[in-house]
Amino acid sequence: MALDIAFWVLAIVGIAAALAVVLLRDVFRAALSLILCFLTVAGLYITLSADFLAAVQVLIYVGAISVLIILAIMLTREVQRGSPAGKLRIPALVVAILFLGVVSFALISTPWQVSTVSPLEPTTAALAVKLFGEGGFILGIEIAAVLLLAAILGAIVLVREK
Amino acid sequence: MSVGLEHYLILSAILFSIGLYGALAKRNAIVILMSIEIMLIAVSITMVAFSRYIVPLLLTGQVFAIFIMVVAAAEAAVGLAIIIAIYLSRETVDATRIDLMKW
Repeated sequence: MALDIAFWVLAIVGIAAALAVVLLRDVFRAALSLILCFLTVAGLYITLSADFLAAVQVLIYVGAISVLIILAIMLTREVQRGSPAGKLRIPALVVAILFLGVVSFALISTPWQVSTVSPLEPTTAALAVKLFGEGGFILGIEIAAVLLLAAILGAIVLVREK
Repeated sequence: MSVGLEHYLILSAILFSIGLYGALAKRNAIVILMSIEIMLIAVSITMVAFSRYIVPLLLTGQVFAIFIMVVAAAEAAVGLAIIIAIYLSRETVDATRIDLMKW
């Protein structure tokens, strides 16, 4: 019952924050509501009994990515001009609503095979075994490391003074 | 009615649609990047919800969510670096005025 109340509160706050990101004209306020949206998603992970993911969500999204976004807003001085919608506002709204309708219909009409087993908790040790253990995702981890290295090098090369 | 798998899926569909609208309609490149982050996070919620309700003991969806986070971090770093580089050379981050490669 407590989980239900937590879900509804987090869902409403998260959707309101995401709408604020898209609708506010002030870019900086949009970034702040994006941080609120990230935090509500971390809460949703807790209601899904994914405790490790919730902690990582707060560390990476709320800690690192939002700082990057705010830094970019400060560096580009578009704060005064705001973020007006372009000429494609009405077609974009139609596409988004059509997408939402089609996906919601497909989701509701599919008979999901929901399992009644109660989930693992805490998940950190089990996730480590899953990622690094026998028959796990070790190749994906290596590729992720190479991807992060390439992204860091690319970001440095892109913004370096000539 | 207690909260189940469908609630999480509908919630992430709503978040994805909001992000899709923002990515298509906005003109500021940084706001477009923020909308893409919302879309990625909506997909992560879907993965974790499937992992919780369909295979509660396997955690595969949570592993996918971790990989989505890695890609999102790399995408944010490179995307914001590109936006700052464009701003340094063209003095704008308006996506409709960055049209050098358009004919």
